[in-house]
Amino acid sequence: MLYREAGQFRTSYAEDQQIFPIRQDRIAITAFLLVAFIAVPLVANEYWLKAILIPFLIFSLAALGLNILTGYAGQLSLGTAGFMAVGAFAAYNFELRLEWMPILLSWILGGLAAALVGILFGLPSLRIKGFYLAVATLAAQFFIVWALTKFPWFSNYSSSGVITAGKIEILGYVFDSPIEKYLLVLTIVVLMALAAKNMVRSETGRAWMAVRDMDVAAEVVGIRMMHTKLLAFAVSSFYCGVAGALYAYAYIGTVEPEGFNLDLSFRILFMIIIGGVGSILGSFLGAAFIILFPIFLNAYADPFAHALGIDLPPGMTSNLELMIFGALIIFFLAVEPHGLARLWQIAKEKLRLWPFPH
Amino acid sequence: MTAQRQTGEPVLVVKDVSLSFGGVRALSNVSFDVREHEIRAIIGPNGAGKSSMLNVINGVYHPQVGTVTYRGVSRHRVNPHDAAAQGIARTFQNIALFKGMTVLDNIMTGRNLKTRTSFVEQAIWIGRARREELEQRRKVEEVIDFLEIQHVRKTPVGRLPYGLQKRVELARALAAEPSLLLLDEPMAGMNIEEKQDMCRFILDVNEQFGTTIVLIEHDMGVVMDLSDRVVVLDYGKMLADGTPDEVRANQAVIDAYLGVKH
Amino acid sequence: MQFFLEVLIGGLLSGVMYSLVALGFVLIFKASGVFNFAQGALVFLAALTTVGLMERGAPGWITGLIAVILLALAFFAVKPRKGAVAARPDWRKAAVLGGIAVASLFIIGKPLPFWVAVAVTLVFMVGVGVATERIVLRPLVNQPPITLFMATIGLTFFLEGLAQAMWGANVRGLDIGIPDEPIPWLMERYDIQVSSFDLAGAGIAAVLVAALALFFNKTRIGRALRAVADDHQAALAVGIPLKQIWAIVWAAAGFVALVAGLLWGARNGVQFALTFVALKALPVLILGGFESIAGAIVGGLIIGASEKLAEVYIGPMVGGGIESWFAYVVALLFLLVRPEGLFGEKHIDRV
Repeated sequence: MLYREAGQFRTSYAEDQQIFPIRQDRIAITAFLLVAFIAVPLVANEYWLKAILIPFLIFSLAALGLNILTGYAGQLSLGTAGFMAVGAFAAYNFELRLEWMPILLSWILGGLAAALVGILFGLPSLRIKGFYLAVATLAAQFFIVWALTKFPWFSNYSSSGVITAGKIEILGYVFDSPIEKYLLVLTIVVLMALAAKNMVRSETGRAWMAVRDMDVAAEVVGIRMMHTKLLAFAVSSFYCGVAGALYAYAYIGTVEPEGFNLDLSFRILFMIIIGGVGSILGSFLGAAFIILFPIFLNAYADPFAHALGIDLPPGMTSNLELMIFGALIIFFLAVEPHGLARLWQIAKEKLRLWPFPH
Repeated sequence: MTAQRQTGEPVLVVKDVSLSFGGVRALSNVSFDVREHEIRAIIGPNGAGKSSMLNVINGVYHPQVGTVTYRGVSRHRVNPHDAAAQGIARTFQNIALFKGMTVLDNIMTGRNLKTRTSFVEQAIWIGRARREELEQRRKVEEVIDFLEIQHVRKTPVGRLPYGLQKRVELARALAAEPSLLLLDEPMAGMNIEEKQDMCRFILDVNEQFGTTIVLIEHDMGVVMDLSDRVVVLDYGKMLADGTPDEVRANQAVIDAYLGVKH
Repeated sequence: MQFFLEVLIGGLLSGVMYSLVALGFVLIFKASGVFNFAQGALVFLAALTTVGLMERGAPGWITGLIAVILLALAFFAVKPRKGAVAARPDWRKAAVLGGIAVASLFIIGKPLPFWVAVAVTLVFMVGVGVATERIVLRPLVNQPPITLFMATIGLTFFLEGLAQAMWGANVRGLDIGIPDEPIPWLMERYDIQVSSFDLAGAGIAAVLVAALALFFNKTRIGRALRAVADDHQAALAVGIPLKQIWAIVWAAAGFVALVAGLLWGARNGVQFALTFVALKALPVLILGGFESIAGAIVGGLIIGASEKLAEVYIGPMVGGGIESWFAYVVALLFLLVRPEGLFGEKHIDRV
């Protein structure tokens, strides 16, 4: 009853081509945005904003970037964190070296720098596929972290490549409380998510998916392989780059290249596998899961073990986390390759009929 | 049915094409032409090089020797994108649809060459990109109506039965508004009813849009009914070229199909 | 010149060790087309398990758990579930599983001597290999290769977590009784320092490779394996037991991981960084081709030598540490020139 489309007639192609053609979806999205923009800042405390919501948004953005490349264009990348690092360090250098540079512009330029590096390391994708390409992106991951550590210019000659992001000031207004940062990040992420949704539902996205599903046929219908693949690398790396800049400026503050290591790349890959490969919504669901689960585990594993009469040795929760993440990845790949997003879709299909299933 | 069609000048000329993979000769010295508005069939036993011929025409394979000339543009090495840009569209023997996409999206990909807006405009959506997308959708809906697949628009292609998938593939090719349509066994694996539908669609396409068609088909009845002229290939060599009646009477063709006494 | 030779030989010898890890990848890739990212985690798990067993014996709760699972499997081998196709009780399987289960209970909490620890680890690794095939890969059969690849990344996390949950995360030394000092006569004769450990490691690796090559070329199982590698369906059709072959291959990969783990562990200490050493096998594979044992060896030698030489001769110009990425960049450039690898076969895409 709640999620019934019957009676909603779309009488023109324009109506059918809307971003959310079903009324309930529009209502839900509006409600969600209202909550995110108004209710959350009113009720959330500093811990929630700083330790959960802001990183959630930033990682969602990075996952979205990876999803564009891997989920939509079908090119597996293990270098996500490397591209984030490029974004963070480029934004830092633009801010540092050009006094007049507005912060938003430096973030965009950071994203563009990441996009350039992305195109460079995406070039092998024109000749190789699958895990061969994965190894190429692994090269990007190691090379970027090494270069940022070894060439002190990137970090303004600080020790071991650590950079400290400056304050966020836009048109004279300083964003320094967690609520302000949260709202700024939220705005950016919402706008970029909308842009991603628009891209994947138009010609650009169809070309990506065509290349993903069958590259020979894609070429035959006239899709330019090089252009399409490199565009996917560029857009994906742009998203990751902006996420990296936000990671430095709005979340951690002080970052070192080693912070963007292979482990982070894997975590972002896990976000899209668990959330849903090839789904915008999935990027958010996956990020939420990967952020929240360790917090949950840390809070409840010990008490739970105590209740069973076992004493967990120190460090055991982080090992458990690794094991559970690993097991979940395998589980999702085997049982539900489209992740949480698909489960949500199935729930919606059920709701269309509920409570009269016949 | 045959020979009522008004065919024009040759638009596609295949001259002395030879293609080999390693030591295997797929095509040797094949030459033929296709006239404007014609339905041209390529027949031959399995492994005769028919699909390779289509792949040469639209640039998936590059022949070692020979040229393909389409509408005055002669090419030795062509890539599939250029061929598509020249108005050549095709379907495949083993369906080559984009499995993860809906019927509508699959057909929409056929219009990618008609897109003018950049990805940035598409990301912003409002304005030109939106108008263009609607225009593409309108064109695609015409094709959908034409091929009578309205009811499966929003279905992922993987879930469709085989016959419908073949039809969606044809729709994707038609969405590009091609001037030359290459069909690789469009009726393979279909039942009588589906075959009849497909025949009707092919004739309608040829008649209504004036599209020139090259098709590979095993069903001789279909070939004889539809085509204006027939090329016969065997082991990569040309056996015969002529009207269906001529080809049917050709001794070499009969030998190739029925076998010869030695 | 001497210095150059020294670096070159050191590089080649460490290259052999890379080959050893790469070999594990090749075995599995040949038989099942799976690119097993978790090979590094297997190496880590094997080394840590040996060291752990030598230090304090088997950990109680996990060993207990394994024993219970094995006993359950033994029970089901004798008394098949209702409706199972093969209804005959398999006493031999039950005896083996039950025997392992009972034996494992005796080693709980007792530090073991080196060779016993190695033997126990071998049994454990074979078990891990077989379980991986059964639990992870079989549900994913017929999925695209890239999905399988991602599943093995998940497996990597699981095994790393498991290894540290069982044995803790501190760095440990491992002494396998081979001294790590320059070989005297080479020093005297040619004034070149070559570690006896590196040489012995290379020797062990060479023997292992030769043994595996013989096994896969001369035995019935080897032939079956090559048939499976060529075409799963056809192999099934002529009656090759696909599942058994896969189990054997995973067991062999576990064994190779154990040898690599012991050698690398003795060289660099048993620690988490071992998993990164294993990642080096990836460029080796790209150079050598994923399906060729010979390729794994040659690729390993090239990567090992070029990496050491680059570190010594190019390193100082850019601040050093290029060992971390040099191999990948070599592989990347190589990919652009010859995507199928030195020994790989070129695949033609049919349309």
